[in-house]
Amino acid sequence: MIRNNEKDKDKDKDIQCLLQSVFPPADQQLRRDLWPAMLNRMQTPSFALPWYDWALLAALGGWAVIAPQGILQLLYQL
Amino acid sequence: MEPLEPLELLNRFRQGDVDAFETLFRQFQSEVYGWIVQVVRDPGIAEDLTMETFWRIHKARKRFDTGKSFGAWARRIATNLAIDHVRWRRPEKELLVEPPAVEMPDSVLRQETRERIERAFSRLPAKLQATAFLALVEEQPYEEIASALGKPVGVIRTRVFRAVRQLRKQLERMGVKP
Repeated sequence: MIRNNEKDKDKDKDIQCLLQSVFPPADQQLRRDLWPAMLNRMQTPSFALPWYDWALLAALGGWAVIAPQGILQLLYQL
Repeated sequence: MEPLEPLELLNRFRQGDVDAFETLFRQFQSEVYGWIVQVVRDPGIAEDLTMETFWRIHKARKRFDTGKSFGAWARRIATNLAIDHVRWRRPEKELLVEPPAVEMPDSVLRQETRERIERAFSRLPAKLQATAFLALVEEQPYEEIASALGKPVGVIRTRVFRAVRQLRKQLERMGVKP
């Protein structure tokens, strides 16, 4: 298995060299602590609707597109 | 704060303890960032995706199995997010006319050729791009890539093979000889 692995790698060496010359290895060093930003995000109240609210909105939107005259009827009933 | 035993720390994290989450965040943020930046190649985007990774970890904390490695779980979420980002990134514009063949110099690649190679690479499917970056550019062991993607090593080997084959074809069409 390891031999096959090595063989494959040798065969791909030209493409690998090409890619490495275009894409140098990434700098993996994180330059700043991300925790304060994370904490801020956690403390910000998020506007999240449950899936059934989205489904209801989608159904209402679809209804308004298919039968726009229904909007007036709905407003009249309100 | 006294140092915690890992299991106690993980249990507290599961229960929503912010201090436990902070400890895990600080312990793993560099590793997660380092893994993501190898795929997305942009420090700013990698920072955003690191935050998104931990945000999802925080939201899914109750599903975490404390008998398993937190680092491996984080890395898998991070890798999937990085691949999603590559998938939705705007693809490069198609070349209207294929240029004539270009001989590659050994040392410095010309800008035009570099752009062609980048364009050829960007046309690979996201999963192949990510695998090729990790395996060929960053020379990560196949076992680690497999673990991060949650796939067997054989799948990674196949993806590298397919990435190289597709890239060769693209480069030939663009007139670039490796």
